[in-house]
Amino acid sequence: MKKYEVVVVGAGPAGLSAAIECARAGAKVLVADENNKPGGQLFKQIHKFFGSKEHKAGVRGIYIGEQLLKETENLSIEVWLGSEVCGIDADKSVWIIKNKEESCCVKAERIIIASGATENSIAFEGWTLPGVMGAGAAQTMMNCYRVLPGKRVLMIGSGNVGVIVSYQLLQAGAEVVGIVEAASALGGYGVHTAKVRRAGVPFYTGYTVKRGIGEKYIEAAEIVKLDSDWKHIPGSEKILTADTICLAVGLTPLIELAWLAGCRFTYSAKLGGHIPVHNKYMETTVKGIYIAGDVSGIEEASTAMEEGRLAGISAAWSLGYYDDQEAEILIEEEWRKLNLLRCGQFGVNRKVSKDEILNKWEEMRNE
Amino acid sequence: MSRIKEHPILGNEIRRKKVTIYCDNREIKAYEGEMIAAALIANGIRTFRYTKRFDKPRGLYCGIGRCTDCVMTVNGIPNVRTCITPVEEGMVITTQEGLGCWERSGDNEKI
Repeated sequence: MKKYEVVVVGAGPAGLSAAIECARAGAKVLVADENNKPGGQLFKQIHKFFGSKEHKAGVRGIYIGEQLLKETENLSIEVWLGSEVCGIDADKSVWIIKNKEESCCVKAERIIIASGATENSIAFEGWTLPGVMGAGAAQTMMNCYRVLPGKRVLMIGSGNVGVIVSYQLLQAGAEVVGIVEAASALGGYGVHTAKVRRAGVPFYTGYTVKRGIGEKYIEAAEIVKLDSDWKHIPGSEKILTADTICLAVGLTPLIELAWLAGCRFTYSAKLGGHIPVHNKYMETTVKGIYIAGDVSGIEEASTAMEEGRLAGISAAWSLGYYDDQEAEILIEEEWRKLNLLRCGQFGVNRKVSKDEILNKWEEMRNE
Repeated sequence: MSRIKEHPILGNEIRRKKVTIYCDNREIKAYEGEMIAAALIANGIRTFRYTKRFDKPRGLYCGIGRCTDCVMTVNGIPNVRTCITPVEEGMVITTQEGLGCWERSGDNEKI
């Protein structure tokens, strides 16, 4: 059985950052990812990132992805692509279907799970028709494969994903017939919301989608106004002609591997669902198993990269590649950067929720 | 629905190597390295399969290999996730009915 000091699951922003830190410290690392290309969802993010300069603010996601790949290559990190991790045992054996055909098992001293997230759905009449898709799916088609998924698109959800993908649909040449938001206020950052508004896209606040209309695929959408109890108001329906309905209604962490590994969980609505409880070193309740990125709570790619670094540094430290003093300085620095990303009107909620998870870890340790 | 020829961030489309694939006997030009789902949507094909019990159409949904809504029969193998499977020269793709069936020589047993 092949042995590695660290096995990282997922080659997205969190996983690659974690692997880079481990390799930089001197550890022998393997990264496994089920996709044929590394980078996770970074390569569809053609918008400029937020935060400060040290968080690469103003740089488009695609270029951040390229930088990460270059660092990974420079450090000669072993990356298995097309290789799905399907199990983690208590003794840290990692089961992988290598190259989609060969089942194999590798032994790890430390595991960093950076499995990411999946998009949420909402169910409505007609939602299974071709033409209803995740906003991320539309983004992948446009920005990774240069294929326009539809010509007239209705966006459900006005959060960052909803407004950013709407703008990218306009950039790619589609028409966005509207952005529907069930809440009374819009959910996205002002900079992105303003861009689509300036482009003339109508917002329907206090509305939801009631029905997707069409026989073989979407031809129109019916939206309806909601009352203060989130119930449909009869008579307030509007029909919008559209060939595509995109759903941008949040994300859920992909936690299956952490469950299999025996990690303990807590529920956090603000972070997207059940989250593996972890400490400030990103270590879960299972010793030697770390998490980073969206699996530890839905945030942004910039946060995922810092968390990945934090997990990587912590894992390398626990393997003896840093002494306590060196590790403390590096870890403090990562926390400083994370705190900068978790402040302000949008960030502070995530900061509070993350603190609750850290407290939960302390509670569980003392049980 | 169509290819994006010009793009303010990604730039103009660069020439890529073409491959020929077949969907329900229709010849389709695809680009090397792109996923089957992308090639089909670019050529106006949106329905990838029909469900087993109610014969309802399904197409691309999550685009990252999680939801399995976009599965089709590819080179005789049913339930292939077309959003994460790259095209290959001469690939034969069929709209899948229900759970599909294995199309190997001398073995057409429905599953």
